[in-house]
Amino acid sequence: MLSVISARVILVGKLLLRLLYYFYKLELTKEEEDMLNGEHGESFAVAYRILLAIGEATGASKLVPVKWAHISGVNYNTIGDSGVKFLEEFSKTGRVAIRTTINPMGYDKGRIENLSDRFLKKQSSIVNSYSMLGAIPSFTCVPYEIFDIPEKGSMVSFAESSAAVFSNSILGLSTNRESALSALASSITGKTPYSDLLIENFRQAKVAIRPDFTPSTELDYGLLGYFAGNAVKDPCVAFIPPEGRPDRIQAKALSAAIGTSGSCGMFTFGHGSGREIVSFGKEEAARVKDELSTGDDGDLIALGGPQLGLNELSLLSSLIEGKKLKKRCMIFCARAIHRQAKEIGLVNRIEKAGGEFMCDSCTCMTPLITRADFDSVITNSIKAAYYLDRSNSIGVALKDLRTIVRDYSENN
Amino acid sequence: MKSTLKCRRIVGGCGIGKAIVTEQPINFLSMLDVSRGIIKDPRHHLFRSCLRDSILVFPGAVGSSVGSYSIYALKVNCVAPAAIICSGKTDLITASGCAISEIALVDMLEKSWPSVIRNGVELEVDANNRMVTLPKQTI
Repeated sequence: MLSVISARVILVGKLLLRLLYYFYKLELTKEEEDMLNGEHGESFAVAYRILLAIGEATGASKLVPVKWAHISGVNYNTIGDSGVKFLEEFSKTGRVAIRTTINPMGYDKGRIENLSDRFLKKQSSIVNSYSMLGAIPSFTCVPYEIFDIPEKGSMVSFAESSAAVFSNSILGLSTNRESALSALASSITGKTPYSDLLIENFRQAKVAIRPDFTPSTELDYGLLGYFAGNAVKDPCVAFIPPEGRPDRIQAKALSAAIGTSGSCGMFTFGHGSGREIVSFGKEEAARVKDELSTGDDGDLIALGGPQLGLNELSLLSSLIEGKKLKKRCMIFCARAIHRQAKEIGLVNRIEKAGGEFMCDSCTCMTPLITRADFDSVITNSIKAAYYLDRSNSIGVALKDLRTIVRDYSENN
Repeated sequence: MKSTLKCRRIVGGCGIGKAIVTEQPINFLSMLDVSRGIIKDPRHHLFRSCLRDSILVFPGAVGSSVGSYSIYALKVNCVAPAAIICSGKTDLITASGCAISEIALVDMLEKSWPSVIRNGVELEVDANNRMVTLPKQTI
């Protein structure tokens, strides 16, 4: 009897929520209305149109200030000609109001490989537009490894999916998984709708994933993340750790993989009580790996996706010290990280073993790794594997970093 | 059989076209050929479907945040859907992409929608009046 009553209460609650959504409206201030109506120029009108749409979609009641916008859509391969033109127009009257960092572009400014003049021209137009807007030319998908992190609980607007998931889950920041366009809108307005992961209630997971084995490598965590993104549609997912928690490198891999497969924007660690439990066993892990890993070997090792930080470079350097890589190996990292790594001798050690650094760019839809040059690529990144296969049509062999170094290096 | 369904307006406007229905979410950046408006991912249930002038009915976007630019590219290349219906709650990628592309976008259809909206039926989405109708009684 009690369960029937509670089921009815839940049903009535759901109906009321639905009704609320139908009649809900995002309230704009007079100033925001004026901007929406184009009284401060076309860029602000476009930005408020975007904020209004995502505000309506998420059922927000108001816009709130954010401290930092991180924008995706910088690589020409991702936004194409229409994106180039859009940004050219947008940057004519738009100016950033808050700290704004941007994602990687298509190539390393210091070493232009065999890229077409057309690509270089289009990419340069995009870079110029972001510069006009006043964004910091960070060219990184791991802005949290370079810039000061605002105090815990601060609201930010991050588009790069891996950075949004990592910031919510590990750094204690609050961001929705913004789109490239909504983070762009936040950059010039300094605002985002108050909804979803900005509200404490949405940061509580309803579903918990219980791995039946202890993930031990960054690749294991990547497989877990890809599975979780597919399985969970909520804003937040919990993991029940068998023992221990992932280190920073593993947490980055987990965040990027969740970002690749789904729409979930945050993970927590915790218990399963009161939550729907989903099992993740070796069989599920193998299924994900089968889907993403199309071969056992490759012509090139690509590390990045997201870009490597000092932690990963330090680990890589210790693994390959005194060894020589047997395959070409591209290492994607931000220029700022490269500079720091150089100062402390990591770059030298990695280059001595045969590693090639690619700054300003990353594996996701890069023009540096094409089907014309490579049949297949070896990587430890789920995100790299996904986009190299689907967008660049290149085969992928997924292996964890230690295995890659073991299989593809010899003593010097 | 009901021929008008209530819905929620996300981006205003109207669109008429044949429904392309899927229960699988879409990663607009990786799964779409934006010059032709075709789903190019062989693993997607809509593989080889053309979105041009259709009414796309899908759960929402997943993956890359840049997918919002891909929706805009569809519009600029004249191969965009006439309107989009999110069968659940609209995500930020679809909402922002439609906002700058002026593609009518609605969501939260009445619960009975799966029995009415099938692949290939003609639909009229009137986002301004929060209504989805079947102009021709196809069922």
